[in-house]
Amino acid sequence: MTLKSLVAAACMGLMATGAMAQDDKIKVGMITTLSGGGAGLGIDTRDGFMLAMKMAGDAAPEVVIEDDQRKPDIAVQLADKMIQSDKVDVLTGIVWSNLAMAVVPAATAQGKFYLSTNAAPSALAGKGCHPNYFSVSYQNDNLHEAAGAYVKTAGYTNPFILAPNYPAGQDSLTGFKRLYDGELAGEVYTQLGQTDYAAEIAQIRASGADSVFFFLPGGMGISFLKQYAESGLDIPVVGPAFSFDQGILQAVGDAALGVINTSQWNKDIDNAANAAFVAGFQAEYGRLPSLYAAQGYDTANLLLSALARADISDAEAFRAALKAADFDSVRGDFSFSANNHPVQDIYVREVIKEGDVYTNKIVGVALEDHSNVYVDACKM
Amino acid sequence: MTTLLFIEQVLNGLQFGVMLFLMAAGLTLVFGVMGLINLAHGSLYMIGAFAAAAVAGATGSFVLALVAALTAAAAAGALVELLVMRRLYDRDHLDQVLATFALILIFSETTRWVFGSFPLFLDIPDWLSGPVTLPGGIEYSLYRLAIIGMGLAVAAALFWLISRTRLGIRIRAGESDREMIAALGIDISRLYTIVFALGAALAGLAGAMVGAIQSVQVGMGEPVLILAFVVIVIGGIGSIRGALVGALLVGLTDTLGGLLLPELFKLFMDTSSASSTGSALASMLIYILMAGVLIWRPRGLFGGTA
Repeated sequence: MTLKSLVAAACMGLMATGAMAQDDKIKVGMITTLSGGGAGLGIDTRDGFMLAMKMAGDAAPEVVIEDDQRKPDIAVQLADKMIQSDKVDVLTGIVWSNLAMAVVPAATAQGKFYLSTNAAPSALAGKGCHPNYFSVSYQNDNLHEAAGAYVKTAGYTNPFILAPNYPAGQDSLTGFKRLYDGELAGEVYTQLGQTDYAAEIAQIRASGADSVFFFLPGGMGISFLKQYAESGLDIPVVGPAFSFDQGILQAVGDAALGVINTSQWNKDIDNAANAAFVAGFQAEYGRLPSLYAAQGYDTANLLLSALARADISDAEAFRAALKAADFDSVRGDFSFSANNHPVQDIYVREVIKEGDVYTNKIVGVALEDHSNVYVDACKM
Repeated sequence: MTTLLFIEQVLNGLQFGVMLFLMAAGLTLVFGVMGLINLAHGSLYMIGAFAAAAVAGATGSFVLALVAALTAAAAAGALVELLVMRRLYDRDHLDQVLATFALILIFSETTRWVFGSFPLFLDIPDWLSGPVTLPGGIEYSLYRLAIIGMGLAVAAALFWLISRTRLGIRIRAGESDREMIAALGIDISRLYTIVFALGAALAGLAGAMVGAIQSVQVGMGEPVLILAFVVIVIGGIGSIRGALVGALLVGLTDTLGGLLLPELFKLFMDTSSASSTGSALASMLIYILMAGVLIWRPRGLFGGTA
């Protein structure tokens, strides 16, 4: 892993030599997960981000990339190091909400900018919002709200809902229930990191549910879907995009086919920026991009657009330049709400098979120009 | 809650317990015979799963995949014993913990290097997939039944091996007095390598069987490792019978606790908070069980005889 970071750093070093003349080159610090269980997500984030930087050529700032190993204490150390010895101007890249909570408030308090490529916990959207903190991905609740809205409009009246028992899991079920206000067949919290769902599947079978909503990111979702398909239950399943992302779909296999999931991005969104991104990513890395790669790519382009409009030493102007969101998002229309979170469409996708590869296609729009419920709680 | 649901959950608990037994058996043998704490046991489980996924992907045969898992894990186990463990028998437990923890990191990063960061795909073979209807109208996964059957068969084979064969006699002798059996002319280091490889093979088999219904990814072994330690502490360190009883107890407690506790809390709480407090408490239940057993029998259920 360190080898890859070294290579990346070396590449960036080469790019930087071209612009050595000005030594006040802007520096961006990327802290993301490049080793351990969730490394796939961080690697996609980094690759999407660096693809945009590569396309920008000489306009690209210098990027310092470090691996947080999915550990909050390491993320905090890296942030301190980047701020104090690397003198970065902007931080980005964190995948997990608990790591973001450990790093973001301290970084913004020191006057640095933080652009989130993924994690966007409610605490940073409401009371804890900050003018220097921008989430380019979504607000954590968004995809769950969209799933709730979808279940309601699709006419299901008795969903069974489950999520792991940790803050993001509780936010997920709350988000789902925010836009789905009907009866529930059951509501279950599983253990974080649980790998066997036979007990929950038996409960779903016994509950008489007409649909299942689940939020089980990473390996948990793979296990659940495989065991669900194996159990012989054929109640329709709905979930947020995380368990159906390009990186993990191949490991789920046929068990995921036909599953409905909600996402703010998909590779078939029809606009020039997205087409260029999907083609560029495949050419550069030889695989299809994931949601995380798309978020990394958008974050980099937002940053580049703001750097082109304003000087980062003038914080006020740079903040306004970020907020204008004057870049071509791969998602199409994109703007920021009052609390610096995206206002965007959230789509309904279905898992399909293209040749040998499992992927998603958009089948509808769950929520149009969707913002978040924490705007009013944010005073800045 | 219906009887059908309850019976299905008991089967789930049994299946979980049997899987834990495969992990715990190797761990308890290694600890009992060699006095060695092996944190890297979870890595052997992961190696089994990855070997199975790779072979199943290349050949399409699940049986070959299981054979590959057994072979790869046993080979990795033997190699680890020869290269690392051998130097640690006379050392402090703390040194063993440090060295085997280092092995976890080495195995994890090597696996990532070879197979990449994304989870691998390993599926149930067609002839074991789908549900079967049991007497009483219970629909249950055929594959999980097969896991239960195979686990019990492995348990029976292990009992036979330990109590009826020459190798088993040596293992038991090594457990009670390793200097004496070395003095009697038995090649103790070869015996240790065999025991270690046997334990590793069982872990690899568990990894491959479970990998087909879960995700095959780096770091998959560590959560199971913790439970396997709980099992051997409950069962009594070094006792295969203890490992079996402990594993089934933990499996059933975990599964039924997760079902019954939220139901219990629903009697006096609203559904949402009942399910979150109930499941929080259910996840502690096996550790409460362990504490209870240790108060009652400090050396574990079957540990007193050793």
